[in-house]
Amino acid sequence: MSGPDAQYAAFLAQGRLRLQRCGGCERHVFYPRVLCPHCGSDDLAWVDASGRGTVYATTVVRRRPEEGGAHNLCLVDLEEGVRMASRVEGIAPEAVTIGMAVSARIAQQEGDAIVVFDPS
Amino acid sequence: MSGDLRGKAAAVGIGLAGIGAAPGYSHLDLTAQAVKIALDDAGLRPSDVDGLFASNLQNIFAPLNVGEYLGIRPKVTEGTQIGGSSPVAHLLWAVLALDAGLCDVALVCYGSNQRSAAGRLLSPSTSEPLIYEQPYGPRYPISSYALATSRHMHEYGTTREQLAAIAVAARGWAAMNPVAFMRDPLTIDEVLASRLVCDPLTVRDCCLVTDGAGAVVLTRAERARDLKADPVYLLGCGHAHWHRQISQMPDLTTSAAVDSGRRACEMAGMGPADIDVLELYDAFTITTLMFLEDLGFCAKGEGGPFVEDGRIGPGGSLPVNTNGGGLSCVHPGMYGIFTVIEAIEQLRGTAGERQVPGAQTAISHGNGGHFSSEVTAIWGTAATL
Repeated sequence: MSGPDAQYAAFLAQGRLRLQRCGGCERHVFYPRVLCPHCGSDDLAWVDASGRGTVYATTVVRRRPEEGGAHNLCLVDLEEGVRMASRVEGIAPEAVTIGMAVSARIAQQEGDAIVVFDPS
Repeated sequence: MSGDLRGKAAAVGIGLAGIGAAPGYSHLDLTAQAVKIALDDAGLRPSDVDGLFASNLQNIFAPLNVGEYLGIRPKVTEGTQIGGSSPVAHLLWAVLALDAGLCDVALVCYGSNQRSAAGRLLSPSTSEPLIYEQPYGPRYPISSYALATSRHMHEYGTTREQLAAIAVAARGWAAMNPVAFMRDPLTIDEVLASRLVCDPLTVRDCCLVTDGAGAVVLTRAERARDLKADPVYLLGCGHAHWHRQISQMPDLTTSAAVDSGRRACEMAGMGPADIDVLELYDAFTITTLMFLEDLGFCAKGEGGPFVEDGRIGPGGSLPVNTNGGGLSCVHPGMYGIFTVIEAIEQLRGTAGERQVPGAQTAISHGNGGHFSSEVTAIWGTAATL
């Protein structure tokens, strides 16, 4: 048995972005939990995510070149109604704009599978 | 029922220490210096303190370290750590404990040597990993407030110039505060031309990194009248928190200050129009702007136009952050206690050149985490009871 964080990470490692959906109130839940924060139900089941999202807020973290340089940090609202921190890749960090349609992609970073987004 | 606590306790002593840079001193040394000043101000001694409300960013068990250092053996102790708002939050527990007779002298204190310990300060609270944000390289807490700023600009057309006007107003007040850390003149153009840290926030949109400590002594109202200083009465206090990490904040343009402010106003029996002076936790220019909106001093989305013409600076119609705030006076990791001390100073009428004439009521608003915890306190002079 493993908890919801480990299950989420294991799905990502298999190349699948999955979210929890609550059987009590039918809302999606992210980050993974054992209780629904909307209704308190523990009836949470994994479902595949569409991967379609919209940039809700964005910034450029201005790190020095020796610290990796400037990079994007954003919040993305997924079609399922959950929000996640991430970054948009493939364009300049300043070019990421609120309202931009984006698609999830699973990337490898320091040995972990993480969700990043590309403009769609 | 909450109105039962209105005016039941009063601040009878305040102390500041190490404001700016205090090399060579630990956070506990600075805390103790502020406590000594606050107790002297009240005409009390450490042995009189039987309620301890202590927080810092360096000790997980902060009240234990502070109590041990000061030689205080409290009957009631509190150290809930909810970020920069913590000392403001402790006021509610202090008035409850005083009113219930659980303690007679409450000490609320905070201290940090964040500036002088630069790079060597290991904080148990800020080293906590937020595993669903950390992989994307946040620069906490600035990047979280930058995200909120981006959303406010997007939804309401708030401009960088309007945000810069908040930094300029704070600097204007700081120029009149002899202990403020940055007192040189500052212009909107200078804020805009400063180094970007997390877009759209520049280093001048961000609070200082200083040392500093503050302490406040409270007693029940009837005892307060017999002590040295003019009592300043706690009329209301409200807490609220809705999230921990910015990715879980329901709406990045509205903070839980809408709840904490409403709760404090209900207890005080007052509204925004009744408040003379505002001390709002300004970790970033966006926090001042959003708290003006969330506490009801202007409508949601109108914070930018509200501040752009000098309204909140010296000579403006609504005095905000009269000590210079976290942006220009002091910000040693957590700023909350300083919103309290400046409010009390203003209501005592002892704020010198920056005194707001005739001030009878003030708000201290504390913020913690990433727009996470919000606490509002309302203070009044004897005339407001």
